[in-house]
This record gives sequence, structure tokens and C-alpha cells, in this order.
Amino acid sequence: MIDNWQTFLIEGIYFLAAILFILGLKKMSSPVTARGGIIWAGVGMILATLATFLTPHLSNLDLIVIAIILGATPAWWSAKKVAMANMPQMIALYNGMGGGAAAAIAGVELIRASAGHELSNTVQTLAVLGAIIGTISFSGSIIAFAKLQGLIKKSLLFNKQQIINLGLFVFLLVLGAVIVYIGSVPVIVIILFFLVALVFGVLVTVPIGGADMPVVISLFNALTGLAVAFEGFVLSNAAMIIAGTVVGAAGTLLTQLMARAMNRPISNVLFSGFGAAEGQEASDNAGIEGSLKPIDATDAAIMMAYAEQVIIVPGYGMAVAQAQHKIWELTRALIERDVRVKFAIHPVAGRMPGHMNVLLAEAGVPYDIIFDLEEINAEFEQSDVALVIGANDVVNPIARTDPNSPIYGMPILSVDKAKNVVVIKRGKGTGFSGVENHLFYADNTRMLYGDGQKMAGELLQGIKEL
Amino acid sequence: MIEGLVALYIFMLAAFVGYEVIAKVPVILHTPLMSGSNFIHGIVLVGAMIALGHADTNLEKAIGFIGVMLATGNAVGGYFVTERMLEMFKTSKGDK
Repeated sequence: MIDNWQTFLIEGIYFLAAILFILGLKKMSSPVTARGGIIWAGVGMILATLATFLTPHLSNLDLIVIAIILGATPAWWSAKKVAMANMPQMIALYNGMGGGAAAAIAGVELIRASAGHELSNTVQTLAVLGAIIGTISFSGSIIAFAKLQGLIKKSLLFNKQQIINLGLFVFLLVLGAVIVYIGSVPVIVIILFFLVALVFGVLVTVPIGGADMPVVISLFNALTGLAVAFEGFVLSNAAMIIAGTVVGAAGTLLTQLMARAMNRPISNVLFSGFGAAEGQEASDNAGIEGSLKPIDATDAAIMMAYAEQVIIVPGYGMAVAQAQHKIWELTRALIERDVRVKFAIHPVAGRMPGHMNVLLAEAGVPYDIIFDLEEINAEFEQSDVALVIGANDVVNPIARTDPNSPIYGMPILSVDKAKNVVVIKRGKGTGFSGVENHLFYADNTRMLYGDGQKMAGELLQGIKEL
Repeated sequence: MIEGLVALYIFMLAAFVGYEVIAKVPVILHTPLMSGSNFIHGIVLVGAMIALGHADTNLEKAIGFIGVMLATGNAVGGYFVTERMLEMFKTSKGDK
């Protein structure tokens, strides 16, 4: 099997790289060792890449080197530059690139097959499947990026969209089957096949609303992994099969965890579009008791300064306002006054699970005062003040009470149980779901209207002046 | 060459590994982890290099070239984004 020392060396290094990837991923699952994890995986990647240069009969070396330099430079630059709040869309973008690369591999192999380098049926099937998945992940991720970046504002829903999508998908499968069955089809058919897959990826992603994007990005991440594994089979490359499959499985689990936290089955996210909830908005406003009660920053500051325990609940609004640094200053001022401060993070607060944690970590908030939903929900009752900054749907008590609400059943942070609730909010609008938030009208809630960063600054000022 | 059934075994075992490794991840690491796994499928670079390495016609070379570029973007971007995120995790005790 192993015909010479070169192949032996390459296979050995791939084997080592696969081990490094798995161990790296394992290390990344604990905050203490996480940093080491990415470095291990990085070493694996460099080794595998260098080993590939030793592949026997590798031509176009000049092109390979130029392509690597051209690909690496902008990616390195953008990854270093991007603001923490924009991380989710960057992950979507890099993930799309991976999907595109898997599709490109399939493209080269399929075109070679049509030129006479025939592949077995199994290999050809896997190449086609990987091509479909990779291409959808590519165009879908680009749309996800554009949406989160604000390049596409609207969630497009048009008539009979699902039927068109289904039709297109069936057509895509038929084209794929034709390619596998005939073996060497004209190049034009292969190009058509990729175009249909591209369009399909766009159409599937366009109707999905911003709130569901984390689940979708995670799903595309898993899909790219799978596409890489399939193309690994095509090239009989064990490193690609193992790494791709591990990511495919891990990504699938991660997607499920996120969808569960949002109480939305994955099928729902993909096929309904959150737009369906908009029609219900009007009826939700009925039955709200109480009124919105504004408060000054000074009064809110006094309330927090004399509290025993304060729980801060950040949401996407904090990311938009870039308020995390001010919030951490505020927290330190409170801690100096012997107030116990904890952060409560809903699994889907922000644009991704853990998005808030990343922002807070950037500001320097230690992760041992940050708690998940299950850990902290019982503590709201003993808290004097819950400070909600830019979170909305994840603290809406209607999810517990109204079976007709689109967010009914979603686990929420029991902010309404705290003795006092202060909500920092820019205006009177609703959250992503378009559902009116009953928390804002509750007797123990006060609204602090304004930009998150500015208001956090004013609260800090208020506490310091005491 | 990796024979069909052996490939299937690799696939199955790797799938279990992926599932198990992630199963005990705290929510606070979800985004970095998604980013980290995003980096790991950057291994597609190896495949893209091989594909470009045996491309003959100009069309194949062009597609292979784009493939290598995209794959490098995936690996390099994924690495630095993940590293930047993980760099920030600290405890209040001050150690890393």
C-alpha cells in the first residue's frame, strides 16, 4: 500500500495532524485550556499543509504558492482588524470560503472525470454530494454574512418560495444523478449544476431572519465539515475525512444545542422564516397591563449602589452600542461598594451562543462572574436590581405565559422576578421576534431610554458621585 | 487508497469523536468553539492543493486556484479570529 518514503511521511504527518485537531478541539471545550487548543490545531494545520507539498507528481507549484499568499493576506488582515461585535459574520464568511473550496475540489475532479480521468460510481457520488453541500454552504454563508453586516436589510419572502425551493432542489438532485450516472458529461452540465446549487443556497438563506442566523451559521459550519469529508473520500485523504467528519458531527450537535435553546426546531428555522410572526404583532399588544415607566440614570445609579446583589443581563443591544467596556467599569465601581454583581447570559443572547461572553471577555470581565441561564435563574428572586441592557426577547415573560405567542416555550431569564428591573433601551421598538415585551410594562420595571454606552457611562457617573 | 468499508469505519468513528468532544462544552465557549471547528475544516486546503496540483486544463487550474485561495482564507481567517477570541478568557484571579 505504501509505495515509498514520501507517501509514508505524508500519511504519517496527516495522521499526526488528525490527532492534533481532535486534541485541540477537546482542549477548546474548557476555558482554562482553550487557548492551547487552537494552537495545537494550528500546528496540525501547518504540518499538514507543508506535508502536502511533498505529494508525488504535484504540479502547478507556483500557482499553489501564489494562491495561498493571495488567500492568506486578506484573511489575516481582516481577522486581525474586525471588531469583536462583528465576529459572527466573519465566522460565516470564513466558513463560506471553506464550503467554496470543497466545491472547487469537486469541480476540478468532475471536470477531470469528463475529460477522461474516470472515477468510480461511489467516488463520483461523493464528489457530487460534497459539491452540492459545499456550494450551498458557500452561497448561504455569504448571504448570512451580508445580512449580519447589514448589507441586506430585508428578510425576503415571496410567493410560493418553498415550492420554488423544493423544485430547484429536486432539479439539483436530478442534475447530480445525471452526472454520476453518465460519468463524463459535457462541462456545461457541470457548470449548470454548480449554478443551480449556488442559487439554491441563496434562496434558502434569504428569508431567514437575523434572530435565527446563529443556528443557520452553525448549520452551514457543520455542512462545510461534511462537504470536506466527502471530498476527502474523493481524494482518499484521511486527514480531510477525519477533520471534516469531526467538524460535521460537532457542528450538528452545536446546531441542535442552539436550536433547543431558542425552542425552535431546525426545520422551523429553515423553512418558515421568522417573518411569519410579524402578522401577530397587533394582537400581542392587546392585554398588556401597566405602562412604560421611565427613570433617570441618577435614580437608577442610587438603586444599584445600595443594592446587595445586582444581575446584569446583556443582549445584542450591548454589542451594537459597544457598551461592554463601560459596563465593566460600572461593575467595578459597584464591586468597590461591596455590591455583588453577576452577569446572566441567555444561550442565544446576541447573534450567537456565547457572543455576549466574547464581548464581556474583551472588556476584561472575568468569566467566573458570568453565569448561564440554568445557573442563575433561581437567583433573580434574591436580587435587588436586574439591569437589562439591550436584551429583549430573551427576558420576555410572555414566553412562559402566552401559548399563542411565537416565542412561547422558549426558556427565558426570569428577570421579572427581581425586586427591581432597570431596562436600558434605545427606543420603544420590539425585539427580533416583533413581540411586545410585557416585562417593560411590569410594576417593578423602570425604563432607562438611551444609547447603551452613554447610559452605562451616566450610571457610572451617578455611582461615583455618591 | 482507502477502501470503501474502511472509509465508512473512519467516518463513523470520527463522527462519534466529534459528538463526544463537544458534548460537555460550557455555553460561554460556544462561539469560540464554532470558530475553532470552522478553522479545523480549513484542512480542505490540503485537498485544494492536491486538486490544483493535478489540474491540467486552464479551466481546471482556474477553479483549483480559486479553491486554494478560498481554503487558505478559511484556515487563516478561522485561526486568527479564534485565537483573538480565546485570548480574552481570563479569571478574576488574574492567571490565564
